[in-house]
Amino acid sequence: MSGPSTYVPKSGFARWMDSRLPLMRFAHDTIITFPTPKNLNFWYAFGAILAFMLGIQILTGIVLAMHYVANADLAFNSVEGIMRNINYGWLIRYMHANGASFFFIAVYIHMFRGLYYGSYKAPREVLWILGVILYLLMVATAFFGYVLPWGQMSFWGATVITNFFSALDQITPHWGSAIATWLWGGFAVGDATLNRFFSLHYLLPFVIAGVVALHIWALHVPGNNNPLGIDVKGPQDMLPFHPYYTVKDSFYVALFALVYLAFVFYAPNFFGNPDNYTPANPVVTPPDIVPEWYLLPYYAMLRSVPQKLLGVLVMAGSLLTLLFIPWLDTSKVRSTRFRPMMKQFFWFFVIDCAVLGYCGAQSADASLTLGSFALPLVWIARLATLYYFGFFWVIMPLLGIIERPKPLPTSISQPVLAAAE
Amino acid sequence: MADTTAPEPTRRDFLYIATGGVAAVGAAMTAWPFIDQMNPSSAVLALASIEADISPVQLGQQVVFNWRGHPLFVRRRTPQEIATAKAVPLSDLIDPVARNANLPDNAPATDENRVATGDANHTGKEEWLVVVGVCTHLGCTPTVSTPQSPQGEYGGWLCHCHGSQYDVAGRVRHGPAPQNLAVPPWTFLSPTKIKVG
Repeated sequence: MSGPSTYVPKSGFARWMDSRLPLMRFAHDTIITFPTPKNLNFWYAFGAILAFMLGIQILTGIVLAMHYVANADLAFNSVEGIMRNINYGWLIRYMHANGASFFFIAVYIHMFRGLYYGSYKAPREVLWILGVILYLLMVATAFFGYVLPWGQMSFWGATVITNFFSALDQITPHWGSAIATWLWGGFAVGDATLNRFFSLHYLLPFVIAGVVALHIWALHVPGNNNPLGIDVKGPQDMLPFHPYYTVKDSFYVALFALVYLAFVFYAPNFFGNPDNYTPANPVVTPPDIVPEWYLLPYYAMLRSVPQKLLGVLVMAGSLLTLLFIPWLDTSKVRSTRFRPMMKQFFWFFVIDCAVLGYCGAQSADASLTLGSFALPLVWIARLATLYYFGFFWVIMPLLGIIERPKPLPTSISQPVLAAAE
Repeated sequence: MADTTAPEPTRRDFLYIATGGVAAVGAAMTAWPFIDQMNPSSAVLALASIEADISPVQLGQQVVFNWRGHPLFVRRRTPQEIATAKAVPLSDLIDPVARNANLPDNAPATDENRVATGDANHTGKEEWLVVVGVCTHLGCTPTVSTPQSPQGEYGGWLCHCHGSQYDVAGRVRHGPAPQNLAVPPWTFLSPTKIKVG
């Protein structure tokens, strides 16, 4: 995409270096001159925001690991020690805990953006799949991290999630339980589990950083998609990445950081669960165990199925479905802007995810009361689960055939120039 | 080699395959210690049994012990609860086998089989129900049901995580849990003391 390199080494040292390790050439072509469609809107800033959040999480995480003790007897108190004794420990921990939530806010917007503008369609399938892998790595990292403070939600969240594997007992007896025991390093979640989760929680962010490099590489081969979803026709449709997008992205990163830090300073426990300030107790389950907000939709899908193995399979299926989207969408038109039917189904899908999240946050036997009529929430969750799968596996393939898209503009420049006249 | 017929296997082909085979076996043998290190260590396995004093447990009460890092429910059932549990036909059960480590795997889930211990003679001890307090769905600890504070419809336990219900014999009566609460291997050491594990 970037075409022949336009880098010209300016000094003797730069020339010497360029013929040995062309690092400056690589940086120049990647973040200075990289040609980018000129019509990218606000929603395209979330890639930069995500990179910023990954940096924040790694930086604060490395600091927290200097003071945290991964031991079932000491972990909870070491976190309290970070909060009360370590200089600025409260700030760094609140940045890390809220950073996880804002990382997920950004990734969900980034994913919905990709869905809306068809950024997963040829030739960007690998880019999308790497994104799904990044999302799964984020979920795993967040899960391991949530266990570390060793509060009640940490412990019971770890118990429920690792027990997903015991559902495999219903396929081959004892195999699933053997996997769960292997993950625990004991008969239940305990000290051995905490230690290995800490090890993995420290490892995975660097794996994420590696896959991010592949994700950006896969982005730079075909180049950015854009809100019109049409291919760039030539240099008149493009701008160099710097200064146009470095400045734009920096502005939105600052805006996002403003909201993020408002939570860090003024509502640091808004996203947290008060039960996690109770030390882990292996013989008492809190009355309402719920995952962190960003996993609630999946939790609702799990609970909507009254059979153990099927529930776990539905939940796993909802995640794996994302990998197939590039081939499930049969429409030739990328951007939903030109797909009147898709636009409605898409926004309904966004609402559907919010409904699933709401259902996941309520207790297992809750119901929605309208006057004298009570509808068990589990039925709402079932309908919402049905739509989740229906959207990807039925609506997406069919719409490509029956929908009549609006006419596409001939180039990226054309609608801009037409509006100016 | 313009010839399209497969060439005769040579000594070199054999050596390639043999070397590759040895390397694959070696790689698998090297991988195993890195996988097995995550399994419970012998120090963890050594803590497998406990002795518990059950003399303070009142009729209708449940006491929770810690066994292998799991809660262990010791429940002293009232005559009325025992009668209710015995009256349940096996055809009403989600999981028809006893899940009692003291009995063969295929023992039916009658109330007698749920309270059976590893002792040769366990008649007259049916008021004692000992089960692992781990919901067979995803491992939460179910809440005990008492006449003062009923939990669910079956008088036994209700798991708040995902709504599974158990009866007074610890048998699952309402999903998503697939199995009855597990009965661990246990015996009476004396009328007031039990050994579990």
